[in-house]
Amino acid sequence: MTDTDNILQRSVAERKQARRENWRLLRRRPGFIIGSVIAGFWVFCAFFGQRIAPYDPFDYRDTKQLSPNGEHWFGTDKIGRDIFSRVLTGSRDVLLVAPAAAVLGVIFGSILGIFMGYYRGWVDNVLSRIVEALLALPVVLVGLLVLTLAKSSNLVIIFVVAVLFMPIVARTVRAAVISERDLDYVVSAQLRGESNIFIMTREILPNITPPIVVELTVRIGYAIFTVSTLSFLGVGIQRPSPDWGLAISEGRDVLPANIWWLVTFPALAIATLVIAVNLVADSIQAVFER
Amino acid sequence: MSPTTTIATNALEISNLDLAYNVRGILRPVLRNVTFHIEPGEAYGLVGESGCGKSTTAYAAVRYLPRNGVITGGHILIDGDDITAMNRNELRRFRMHKASMVYQDPGSALNPTLKVGRQLIESFTILGQPRQQAAESALSALRKVQIADPSRVMGRYPHQLSGGMLQRVVIAMALACDPALLVLDEPTTGLDATVEAEVLDLVRTLRQETGAAILLIAHNLGVIRTMCDRVGVMYAGKVVEEGLANEVFDNPKHPYTVGLLRSLPRHGMHKSRSALATIPGTLPVLGSDLPTCVYVDRCPLADDLCRNEVPPLVEVAPGHTTRCHHIDQIAKIDQPRATSLRDPGTETVLQITSVSKTFRQSGNDVPALVGVNLSLTDGETLGLVGESGSGKSTLAKAILGVHAPDAGGHLTLDQHELAPKVSKRSAEDKRAMQIIFQNPDSALNASWTVRRILQRSVRKLTGKDRAATDARVAELAEHLRLSPRHLDMKPRQLSGGLKQRVAIARAFAGDPRIVVCDEPTSALDVSVQAAILNLLAELQSEQRTSYVFISHDLGVVRYLADRIAVMYLGRIMEIGTTEHIFTGPHHPYTEALLSAVPSVDGEPGNRIRLAGEIPSPANPPSGCVFHPRCPRAIEGVCELTEPPIIEVSLGHSIRCHIPADELSRLQAIAR
Amino acid sequence: MLRYISRRVLLSLVTLWLLATIVFLITNVIPTDPARAILGNTAPEASVIRFRTQFGLTDPLIRQYGRLLKGLVTFDFGLSWGTKREVWSLIEQPLFRSAKLAALAMAITTPLSIFAGLIAAKFRDRRLDRGIVLVGLATSSIPEFVTGALLAVVFGVNLHWFKPVATIPPGTPPLEQLQYLILPATAMTIAYFGYIARMMRAGTIRALDSDYVRTAAMKGMSSSQVMTRHVLRNAIAPTITVMSVQVGYLFGGIVGVELVYNYPGISQVVLNAAKKKDLPVLQVAVLIVALIYMVATLLADIIIAWLNPRARLELGQS
Repeated sequence: MTDTDNILQRSVAERKQARRENWRLLRRRPGFIIGSVIAGFWVFCAFFGQRIAPYDPFDYRDTKQLSPNGEHWFGTDKIGRDIFSRVLTGSRDVLLVAPAAAVLGVIFGSILGIFMGYYRGWVDNVLSRIVEALLALPVVLVGLLVLTLAKSSNLVIIFVVAVLFMPIVARTVRAAVISERDLDYVVSAQLRGESNIFIMTREILPNITPPIVVELTVRIGYAIFTVSTLSFLGVGIQRPSPDWGLAISEGRDVLPANIWWLVTFPALAIATLVIAVNLVADSIQAVFER
Repeated sequence: MSPTTTIATNALEISNLDLAYNVRGILRPVLRNVTFHIEPGEAYGLVGESGCGKSTTAYAAVRYLPRNGVITGGHILIDGDDITAMNRNELRRFRMHKASMVYQDPGSALNPTLKVGRQLIESFTILGQPRQQAAESALSALRKVQIADPSRVMGRYPHQLSGGMLQRVVIAMALACDPALLVLDEPTTGLDATVEAEVLDLVRTLRQETGAAILLIAHNLGVIRTMCDRVGVMYAGKVVEEGLANEVFDNPKHPYTVGLLRSLPRHGMHKSRSALATIPGTLPVLGSDLPTCVYVDRCPLADDLCRNEVPPLVEVAPGHTTRCHHIDQIAKIDQPRATSLRDPGTETVLQITSVSKTFRQSGNDVPALVGVNLSLTDGETLGLVGESGSGKSTLAKAILGVHAPDAGGHLTLDQHELAPKVSKRSAEDKRAMQIIFQNPDSALNASWTVRRILQRSVRKLTGKDRAATDARVAELAEHLRLSPRHLDMKPRQLSGGLKQRVAIARAFAGDPRIVVCDEPTSALDVSVQAAILNLLAELQSEQRTSYVFISHDLGVVRYLADRIAVMYLGRIMEIGTTEHIFTGPHHPYTEALLSAVPSVDGEPGNRIRLAGEIPSPANPPSGCVFHPRCPRAIEGVCELTEPPIIEVSLGHSIRCHIPADELSRLQAIAR
Repeated sequence: MLRYISRRVLLSLVTLWLLATIVFLITNVIPTDPARAILGNTAPEASVIRFRTQFGLTDPLIRQYGRLLKGLVTFDFGLSWGTKREVWSLIEQPLFRSAKLAALAMAITTPLSIFAGLIAAKFRDRRLDRGIVLVGLATSSIPEFVTGALLAVVFGVNLHWFKPVATIPPGTPPLEQLQYLILPATAMTIAYFGYIARMMRAGTIRALDSDYVRTAAMKGMSSSQVMTRHVLRNAIAPTITVMSVQVGYLFGGIVGVELVYNYPGISQVVLNAAKKKDLPVLQVAVLIVALIYMVATLLADIIIAWLNPRARLELGQS
């Protein structure tokens, strides 16, 4: 075993220990438990929804626009598809796209933020201006603009949302790096001749992991928000997906005609998912920033 | 004791006070049966190391407790009124008229968003004065705290004033209501020595003028001794000894007081003659269960009696009490051991030649170091002293190559020239020079274990393979008395003293030639400081390492340094052996600095008062940079030309227009 | 102070220029043929060419970029591709209507969330505080169109308290317009209440725990005096920043609410433009909303600098 392996292995053990402690504290928070159960349910549905659904979510039949009844718990839509089955399977796309976008955005943003915070000076000044400008961009409208120009696909949505989240993550990470960078252990590392890359990745990064993880959980919530909104506006996830945002946009025309179930159930589904993610994010923040 | 039977004349009377912090539903005792009183106009000091409960007592005295603080027993009477029984309105009125408080950090004691004047005027309007009258009262209050142009200060925001000035404003506010009791919690900690002396002088004067009783909390025993009539020594939430300040300091009767006083470098002690006494072990954890003597685990006199019975309160002299079973054996506590350290060598290790450093700050040149020349021999400790802005830390960073000095300066290590920036220096040069920082929390990477911290330094500095690295880490740990258990911990799991040992071990990882010690003990309690200073002296003697030792504590520098350089505004004003610096003739600045130190030994000394504040390095005065504050400045000379640094005797140089003989004469008169 | 404002405005202009550049890059970096996309695959080549010359698409990129920058100064953004009308004239009225809705939403959200934050801080860790924090937390970042839809179902369709559709008939007196606007505004309030309230709570707690509040209490001030004279001024600064940022988000999220309620605001213009690939309109919409965000944050910074003189220094150092 080389020395680097040795150090790596040891740091893995350390991290495991810290993780176990965090996990113990998390499990004691009711918000975390409730949030995880709800979010876990929707993740389960994303994988197995189609199997547990009573009807095929894509199969349309003559039973058009039925209000909720014993046969169709949540009623049926304009072309006779079962809403209950569609709600159960509707988390599939958003739960793939939103977390992926959040993860990618946090990775991009962290890299940018670490560079800005570590080098300061003109590097930071120039990048900060750009980040400032990017922050001013309205996320939903730019999403609309780009997805109008490029053909919408899950991959494009992920990329667009990730890039739009990058500046705000960068700003958070930059602030965390700046307060670490002024600590003497960084000077000490320079005095023993460590490279800048080593200092950024091995010395500073482990110390700013908590805010990055918190940022990630918060971003997942916002990514669900953004992706659902784009789908609702018709440029996000495309038909015939049972996606909730899409479902609400399909049902909103007939809402004033008292056909309420097309909108209500997918809306409740989005609300529960976002609330669950928020509860989990808050618990993680409380534990990490203790 | 009921409130009616007490003598109403006492300014503060705390009787059998028990206080606990509620930590997740469990009450953790912090103060245990604290009892003491302060007579009107008296100054009472509380001393003890961090965590002993002295600040909690101070806040309890005005009933400003943290949200989870609970008084579980006892009474606090101020001017005869029991404040533990007061409701919200009574408490408010009591604070308005009877008691005031001054805290450690004057910068945060004032609202940053409001002008100083408005906040000061408020102190008077709240007492019912009309606005116009309150404004006048505010002006005269500022004059009373010796602020020269009060109307200018009133128009300033807190961040525009210096620490000393702010503390004066806070004191003026505290005295607005003419309180019966003034509580001062570390009022001068964090201020420069000359400023500290001024603030203490001011408090002394005001005490005479107002007749307020004072409760002073300070970790600096010298401050307590020079300010207080009586003193209480606290340990683990209990007052273990109490008496007249002079008596307690000169004739301590509790083993803890003895330990505390002996761990201080006093009476001109020097590492070459005697080690400092240390107190083994650590303070009991906050809120732990201490059924008998609170000091039993660390006491050299502890026996079964101490472990089984609560020591009684013994009156050893009128008004001098202690809580110890073995007062007859106090004299038997071991004196600090003598040392046999090697003297510094004569081989020059580091040569610094005309090193300057100029920072650019919003378009202006700020000279932080100006033409510094120094040399350092093997095994020698060079003390660097001076107040904020003196450039001592900048000099340290220039030596280490953290900041490259301005062109024209040279650093020579073992006869070869050093690159200005550390990144350009050879591996060998990096190994040769390391640093120990002031704050180990900042100096150690919080997410690494101690083992990884040491391994990485050993490997990076020496290039050893894995087995040799591990062996070296084990050797370092043993040397610094770190157990293998400590090696697998993270810094936050260690005490302050242990953390500093890790930092020292890291600095010594590659057998350095020079270690820069940047205030390495100023964040530590005195008993821990003593252990660290002993360790540094031993390591140096064994390894022939040279130290550049930065400290604001002249006692510490005097103990550890072989030579001392006194800096002011980026220049060396005086340099010489420790003997030279302390016996004179002194540079007028050195003289002022020495006289500003409040002495634990109670030596009477004439204070040299310095006019004004330390100027900003961005805008240094003309001629001799010290002339605007110098009590001995010669008009027509000092403000025009900067004096050269002149060798007045072998190895002793002073930067002053006044000849050395004249300085000697003037300073003999002043004494 | 004046120096601070001028510096801050200057920086905003730099940001604005960068912003325009970024938007220009987005629209040009994605490989599309707008003329083809708008006219369809069957359109004759000649009309495609005519389209391109008419809208200056054959000009060098640098000139197109120049036109965009000039537009930002003169508010003359040229013609819309779809309707062949002035872009600004298309956007102006709907933008005003959106602003009306946003203003109503802010007018409800601001006092409500600041008050809730103060109350939560004052009763820290008690049941009331936990309740406010939990409600705020749970509801924040639920998309406005979701809450909008649910509110429409409950209060519009089932209870008939308010109109589920916000197409206000012309000539409706302002007070009666509220009946149409209250549901969408409430949906937005729900989305933004939590974050602002939490920020206010955190700021207040920080101020309450500070040394200067202790100083004030030791002077003998009552807790309400301490609150109004010392706490509020310091506590509100981070909340002001957050609110200014939320104003930007508000215009992003408003599109969803407007669509739910069929409100003739910016959403109709934008969605029409998206459908017809009318790039200039989308571009300008993005820029205008970004401009609103920038003006809001600029104002916030100036207010904070006015409240707290130390904030003025920080810009000088960065």
